[in-house]
Amino acid sequence: MKKSSFWLGAFGAFAILLMVAQAKVLINAAGATFPYPIYGKWFEEFAKVDPDAQINYQSIGSGGGIRQFSEGTVDFGASDMPMTDEQIGKFKSKPLHFPTVLGGIVPTYNIPGVTQELKFTPEALAGIYLGKIKKWNDPELTKANPGVKLPGNEIVVVHRSDGSGTSFVFTDYLSKVSPEWKSKVGASTSVSWPTGLGDKGNEGVAGIVKQTPYAIGYVELIYVLQNKMAYGSLRNAAGVFLKADLESVTEAAASAAKSMPTDFRVSITNAPGKKAYPIATFTYLLIPSKIEDQGKKKAIVTFLHWMLTDGQKYAAALGYAPLPKDVVGKEEKQIALIQ
Amino acid sequence: MSAPPPAGARALFLRLRSGDEVARLITLAFASSILLVTVGLVYQLWVTSSLPRHKFGFGFLTSSMWNPVTGQFGALPFIYGTVFTSAIALLISVPLGVGAAIFLAELAPPRISSTFTFFIELLAAVPSVIFGVLAIFTLVPLMRDYVEPFLKKTLGGLPIFSGPVFGFGYLTAGVILAIMTLPFVISISREALLEVPTEQREAALALGATRWESTWQAVVPYARLGIFGSIFLGLARALGETMAVTMVIGNDPTIHASLFAPGYTIAAIIANEFSEATGDLYLQSLVELGLVLFLLTIVINALARLLIIATTRRGSAQP
Repeated sequence: MKKSSFWLGAFGAFAILLMVAQAKVLINAAGATFPYPIYGKWFEEFAKVDPDAQINYQSIGSGGGIRQFSEGTVDFGASDMPMTDEQIGKFKSKPLHFPTVLGGIVPTYNIPGVTQELKFTPEALAGIYLGKIKKWNDPELTKANPGVKLPGNEIVVVHRSDGSGTSFVFTDYLSKVSPEWKSKVGASTSVSWPTGLGDKGNEGVAGIVKQTPYAIGYVELIYVLQNKMAYGSLRNAAGVFLKADLESVTEAAASAAKSMPTDFRVSITNAPGKKAYPIATFTYLLIPSKIEDQGKKKAIVTFLHWMLTDGQKYAAALGYAPLPKDVVGKEEKQIALIQ
Repeated sequence: MSAPPPAGARALFLRLRSGDEVARLITLAFASSILLVTVGLVYQLWVTSSLPRHKFGFGFLTSSMWNPVTGQFGALPFIYGTVFTSAIALLISVPLGVGAAIFLAELAPPRISSTFTFFIELLAAVPSVIFGVLAIFTLVPLMRDYVEPFLKKTLGGLPIFSGPVFGFGYLTAGVILAIMTLPFVISISREALLEVPTEQREAALALGATRWESTWQAVVPYARLGIFGSIFLGLARALGETMAVTMVIGNDPTIHASLFAPGYTIAAIIANEFSEATGDLYLQSLVELGLVLFLLTIVINALARLLIIATTRRGSAQP
């Protein structure tokens, strides 16, 4: 008798737990690692705004995010690069891309004896990564850096070894500024690098560069800001040498906004504006255009509105460049497309 | 009309009750689960790599092109890197490891031996990523500033000691793998040497052998199988090691003859590119690399076993 009442009690408690859990809308998402710190913050803060919704995010990488999203194992995905037409073709109803924040990519280097900040032309950067510019005192580099005594040592080129959105954006930029890069290498999360050493993650690339004399690498702006590393400036499409910061990265999206397609699937590297930093990128949330579950739909729509307004205020403190106003306005319109 | 229970069933019941049969069945189930997992693994790798298998065929094994942009995938640079780094590792760790084991088992005073053994077992338990971090901060600068320039200066005429020096590359990966396989080689070789009966040593000494002659000619050959076993276990670790290798090998999917050049291994590229692999062909090519690593391990193990059989025959033929 005692035993059965215990089981009854346990069952009752379990049923109540289940009901409590039912009341909350659980949303699963997966994808890019680059925006994970801000997404984590957003989902935590959003739980206070809408206590009924709980969003779980797994930072498994953009490729994994797109894969899980197209298999329908998550409610929405996240990616550093837009989905290709082929990937979208697998969906019954076209998924929507929502840019969330922006990131920039900067060249970082280690040249013993050189303390000045280096200026890079697009030709110099492409030449170095193609393996054509082999020495630091190459005319392409000395021409852009008058007054800097560049040594004649060989450049040790460092790139990412893991597939990454960072490499995608960097190679996308090189493809735009160098026809040779476009035909020989192309743009992807992993490419067949013509030269150099690879290492995993921003920390890996930064680690090799820091340790290896005469090395050059590319890392995310957020990484150099957090670690207070030195990095070079880059000549943008308008011919101005710019050092990346949050404003110049946001400006890249703003100057590209006029010609932006309605689905936001666009590369904003080499953007036309005078104040626009040339290697900038959106990172996206991938949202289905049809959400059957009304509870989930309401939570996701509320979140998107919140992310575009209050959510943007968290970006700068975490090292992400916030979206420009024009883009926010366009995205607000896109939310209405969710059925 | 109720028939008595058949004698066979009763016997089975009794056997089950005694426990022996139950234990046999349960342990059998455990043992067959290993087989099941292996078969399941191969099946899954085979099925999930169907796209590149059909597209590239055997060309996958012989092509040295790895270009996700154009969708061309070949395994050769990775097979080469895996075998090359593991070979460097064994070349270093086997003489060192077996030598250390001989000292610990045969020559060292018991107290020193047990202290050393404790540290060796500690070394075996260190996670590989820790070795990787240590390698980046200590081994790589050491190789770049001292070891590789020295080798280049003295032996630079040979193609394997030529080319620019980065500190990242096959040699550094091989050395870190040697450090990681060393505890396995020492630990298991030592156990094998300790298993050798005292009579074996006494007989050799009684025949007038010196301490070293008895160790080298009577004890070590007797423990041969265990020592080989330790080498294979080390080799298995070297072939499949991922984190520490990818942190120091330079991750360049090109075949280089030079020990100083950057390379790539199968495990390293799977770890690096899997999470961001977009497109089915790309993803499945990475899975096929997993299959290749599996087959490589089997082939190398089979060769190793053949080697054992050959040396055992030769050994037993001797008086």
